[in-house]
Amino acid sequence: MKHTNFLRPLAVVLGLALGVPAQADTYNITVDKVRIDTGMFKKNGIGYNGSQTPSILHFQEGEDVVIRVKNNLRESTSIHWHGLILPFQQDGVPGISFDGIKPGETFTYRFPIEQAGTYWFHSHSGFQEPDGAYGAIVISPKGGEAVPADRDYVVQFTDKHPHSGARVFRNLKASADYYNRAQRTAQDLIEDAGAEGLKAALQDRKMWGAMRMMPTDIEDVQGFTPLINGASTQQNWTGIFKPGEKVRLRLINSSATTYFDVRVPGLKMTVVQADGNDVKPVAVDELRIAVAETYDVIVQPREAKAYSIIGESAGRTAMVRGTLAPSQGMVGPIYKMRPEPLLTMADMGGMMSGMEHSGMDRAGMDMSGMDHSGMDMSGFDMSGMDHSGHDMSSMEMSGMDQSGTDTGGMDMTSGLPVVPAEGAKGAAFYAPGSGLIPTAANGGKFLGYENLAARKPLYRDRPATREIEIRLTGNMERYIWSIDGVKYEDADPIRLKYGERVRFKFVNETMMAHPMHLHGMWTIIDTGKGPYDPVKHTVSVAPGTTLYTETEVDAPGQWAFHCHLSYHMAGGMFRKVIVEGGPS
Amino acid sequence: MKTLSLGTALGVPLALSFASAAMAEVGVSPTVWSVRTDTLEYRMGAEENSFAWGVEAWIGNDELRLVWKSEGAKTEGGDFEEMNNQIRLQMPITEFFDGFIGGAASTPDGAPDRYYGTIGVTGLAPQWFEVEAALYLSNHPYLNAEVEYEGLLTNRLILTPSIEVSLPLADDPEREIAAGGASAAFGLRLSYDLIGRSVSPYIGVNYERAFGETADIRRGHGHDIEELTGVFGVNVMF
Ligand SMILES: [Cu+2]
Repeated sequence: MKHTNFLRPLAVVLGLALGVPAQADTYNITVDKVRIDTGMFKKNGIGYNGSQTPSILHFQEGEDVVIRVKNNLRESTSIHWHGLILPFQQDGVPGISFDGIKPGETFTYRFPIEQAGTYWFHSHSGFQEPDGAYGAIVISPKGGEAVPADRDYVVQFTDKHPHSGARVFRNLKASADYYNRAQRTAQDLIEDAGAEGLKAALQDRKMWGAMRMMPTDIEDVQGFTPLINGASTQQNWTGIFKPGEKVRLRLINSSATTYFDVRVPGLKMTVVQADGNDVKPVAVDELRIAVAETYDVIVQPREAKAYSIIGESAGRTAMVRGTLAPSQGMVGPIYKMRPEPLLTMADMGGMMSGMEHSGMDRAGMDMSGMDHSGMDMSGFDMSGMDHSGHDMSSMEMSGMDQSGTDTGGMDMTSGLPVVPAEGAKGAAFYAPGSGLIPTAANGGKFLGYENLAARKPLYRDRPATREIEIRLTGNMERYIWSIDGVKYEDADPIRLKYGERVRFKFVNETMMAHPMHLHGMWTIIDTGKGPYDPVKHTVSVAPGTTLYTETEVDAPGQWAFHCHLSYHMAGGMFRKVIVEGGPS
Repeated sequence: MKTLSLGTALGVPLALSFASAAMAEVGVSPTVWSVRTDTLEYRMGAEENSFAWGVEAWIGNDELRLVWKSEGAKTEGGDFEEMNNQIRLQMPITEFFDGFIGGAASTPDGAPDRYYGTIGVTGLAPQWFEVEAALYLSNHPYLNAEVEYEGLLTNRLILTPSIEVSLPLADDPEREIAAGGASAAFGLRLSYDLIGRSVSPYIGVNYERAFGETADIRRGHGHDIEELTGVFGVNVMF
């Protein structure tokens, strides 16, 4: 039996209406070379079912699916079902779950759908995902949505670059700042000198220059055109509503490297789900969606006008607008992009401790000229720094002005802030004083992980059986990415035992945020809510922070575990996880 | 006049390797490559004009790169005044510096050929200075050091001062070189990134000068010891 993607939801509705239980059903996907047109540029890319518009697979919780994937490319491919709980042989990672899908071959995936919610799928081969090989998965829950809506749309973001993924990676390796066109210039120096005095401006430059770091290293791949459901701002993806209707937006970030700050100006967004799991509804004005995350939000437009769905890149180098409107052809307003943020020394906190670990040469790192007056260092305190046991002799901080700072949450004995107390206003999962802390465009509420609480606990709460430290490491200048200083190809797998509950301690020793994704098992973020801690598949670890997650090891086999930024993953920020044992 | 055969001989295997640079597979860092010029220009001097180039091509991964560097100048309608090629293996030695070891050939027209073993370091010094220092070993050894700085006037308009100094450690009379008599080149180039970082036209000045006994020998032969040229060119990266 064959269904197209369009007929599938209809069949589900009919099946439900007739009281027919969902059965094993077959879905067909072709992997094709496509010509991608963003309106800004055209390029050769990859698309599912011959289209640059991402395909949507509609499943029903409890059904058994059979998915036939035909590879029409001239190279091997694969499909990974991001966030789905399934037997590891069906997980779609070449070299870990299976051998991949050869050119011309059709591979048949078979697995039961044991969950509900918004997920997505993508190639796990080479740079096919940045080249366009991604789609959406919507799974209807058995008992209906916890928070019903009148309309239901997938809003899938990507950062479509004119260069192929392989070329982007090559260019980054040749020159890590190849795509950074937001670097500070002579003009900025003049402006900074005007604002804070020449001495302070020069000292600031000197400090960053001494580290050979850039405060603008937030988006390492710029120059892309962001798309919503395959459409650029100009192509204007539009979802239809009738005034007063509740509209469910299934936000998915399928970007290669870009975090998006998402808002619907004029409307509150009620977040009802994160990474496929229902959360206690929380109304926000804006949220940041890390690469590979999903959030379901409900908006209720009451006026018969065009509303914009705005996705603004976290580094403020690109923006996309989609529209919610009462009829096709209406266009939501475009908003001015907010100023580019700058990293602060707080975001570097992890790097300094990382240097301790790696024993790298810190000679020449002179911070004596550090002057905080020109920087936002609120909450960043080094007076509590424990120098004992560390060789800090070449790192001179004598000139630092520490007066008036406070010690909130900053534990420098490990060199890193611990997860700060709750109620830190959206900043709990950023380093105190970080330049990356987002604020809502309208000054309202910005979602943070600390605002997420599971609607119903997925697991019985119990203490973790052990803790595993995962240091996120790298060398920005060389564009090398690793875990614990070791790249995937040189690393031993992480071995877990079936039935244990592992606590992961993520320590970000780089100056970039990394969306870490464990395949096959859930990742529970420790936000201090015990059984109500949110359950996710991808967790973003901000620079200079430590974040804890727990995982119930309930899926035997071998799994991928990696940063979901395509070029970090390809560079080696990746591990194989082997779950030993299994249900008796 | 010498042919470009050495450059060709070195370039072909590199080019072939480029063609086979593999796609990323899980678990294997992709092999990558890059070709870029830092000089590709026409020089206008008081007496003669010339064409000059400086190209670097490499293939490899995070641990090891095979690098081909070629530098030279050819007078308009005349000789290759300079022709330097080197092949080297380059690997990280510190966070920001690579060490390299390789072989180099200097084969200009009108002077005896010289072949060297070379060992050196290259990388990024604090405050964003790109530096390279190397020892060239043969019967005619010399030290070479280069410093370059990219000053961003805007994110695309870039002013690049550069200095290159060669210090001979032994006399080489056939090449009008005396031990300790350095030669240096100072550049100042204003470039604009026209197409990404792939095509960057530029204008600037180049000043070369011999010092010490090397300068004395040249003066003695009635040759110039300094040359100031206005330059225009286009750097490419692909
Ligand atoms: Cu990463």
